[in-house]
Amino acid sequence: MGNGLLLIGRRAINFIARLGSTCILLGKSLYYLKDAPRSLKLIADQCFLIGNKSIPLIVITSIFVGAVSAWQAAYQFKFIGAPLRYLGAAVGKAVVIELAPVLTALVVAGRVGAGIAAEVGTMRVTEQIDALDSMGISPIRYLVMPRFLASTVMIPILTIFSNFVAISGALLVSILFVDISSETFLLGVKNSFQLSDMLAGLTKSAVFGAIIGIVGSHEGFFAGGGARGVGRATTEAVVIAAVLILISDYLIAILMFRL
Amino acid sequence: MESVIQIQTVTKSFGQNAVLKGINLECTRGESLVIIGRSGCGKSVLLKHVNGLMHPDSGMVQVFDRDLATIKGRELNEVRKKIGMLFQSAALLDSLTVAENVGLGLSEGWQHSRAEIEDIVEEKLELVGMAGTGELFPASLSGGMRKRVGLARAIASNPEILLYDEPTTGLDPITADLINDLINNLRKKLDITSISVTHDMTAAYKTADRIVMLYDGVIEYEGTPQQIKNSGNAVVDQFINGRADGPIQVT
Repeated sequence: MGNGLLLIGRRAINFIARLGSTCILLGKSLYYLKDAPRSLKLIADQCFLIGNKSIPLIVITSIFVGAVSAWQAAYQFKFIGAPLRYLGAAVGKAVVIELAPVLTALVVAGRVGAGIAAEVGTMRVTEQIDALDSMGISPIRYLVMPRFLASTVMIPILTIFSNFVAISGALLVSILFVDISSETFLLGVKNSFQLSDMLAGLTKSAVFGAIIGIVGSHEGFFAGGGARGVGRATTEAVVIAAVLILISDYLIAILMFRL
Repeated sequence: MESVIQIQTVTKSFGQNAVLKGINLECTRGESLVIIGRSGCGKSVLLKHVNGLMHPDSGMVQVFDRDLATIKGRELNEVRKKIGMLFQSAALLDSLTVAENVGLGLSEGWQHSRAEIEDIVEEKLELVGMAGTGELFPASLSGGMRKRVGLARAIASNPEILLYDEPTTGLDPITADLINDLINNLRKKLDITSISVTHDMTAAYKTADRIVMLYDGVIEYEGTPQQIKNSGNAVVDQFINGRADGPIQVT
């Protein structure tokens, strides 16, 4: 019993310490944003890696997310006897507000968050970060800030792209299997569209992007213990980012969508 | 002679493991100091205190009369720019070419034009015998070539102090000798103060003005290469002659 409490206490302290150290790294990254204009190449390289290289993955996941949303919504409409002309409105709203931002972030957390943690972690254990320090180059400015900024900017852009692809997937399913016309579906999407929903979805995406960038960088930056340490950092980066994305999604929903 | 590095009663522990137990050491301008000792005895830890990559638990490290524990950010970076370091594995950035690695400190300092940096990079690569390799990536270089590029990077900003962390470890004897010659030549040409940590006695004898032996967290002996050879100290004798039997417990 005593040992169990000790273990829980120790884990709680470790968690708080880790959260604190992530917040400190976030603060330092925000401070180094002042050097962003002089670090444009580093930022552009990261934008390319995070954004452009995630597109195939986003296309595949979004098209199926849209397709399954249309299918499930149609199934439930039939069950409660709701008219199918509202299918476009329901799917469009769900995609813009929730599905595209959250699923894009979760998919990118797997690809980009893990990639950042593995790269920065390898640089840590092979003394490349020490080398930067020894040359008087802040590793936070050189490594963390560009990844954090690129992730915060690129995830919303990927989310906009995901919105279009997911709605296209839903449209395909609606035309081919649900027996409603493309005009009816798209009219529903159009009528239900509100700019405030889109902005709320993109705000969420920016927060999710910031989480992915900073958590990946943090786990890599403080990795230790050789290849095993880098592997652990990579896994933790994905797990922690995914949990924080879902928690922050709920908190943002409470703030932005008053019932 | 002017003292440029002063290490005063430095202690450092990692958890329960006390690695440095009160080290006192000075290095004068232009001197070549070599620190020897067994693997894991704290040589690299001590070296990383000299450019502020690590800070002591107690005691003080002064470089150019600046206490490294009391300065941060830009001030610390200004001191670091006067200190070049060659890492054990060279620590070249994998994603950059040889030329970008060598010029990294300069390009990120935002004080030199691209043309100036290209000239400096070319000059430093030539100095270490690596001219014409600027476009290669570190992954395509051998261990010796990586060390030489690491050395070119370390001297790119014309430092006054050079730190070498195991400069010849993992190299064949001929390449190791080439690196030792390079260290001596650089010292002659650039008038650099250097601290090198190694357990390669051939390298130590060839490059040192003074050798310090670290054992059990303290300085066991210090002297010229000749004095080390004739020290009569059982610990030093066992180490420099590479014997398993003796006062040093082999674990």
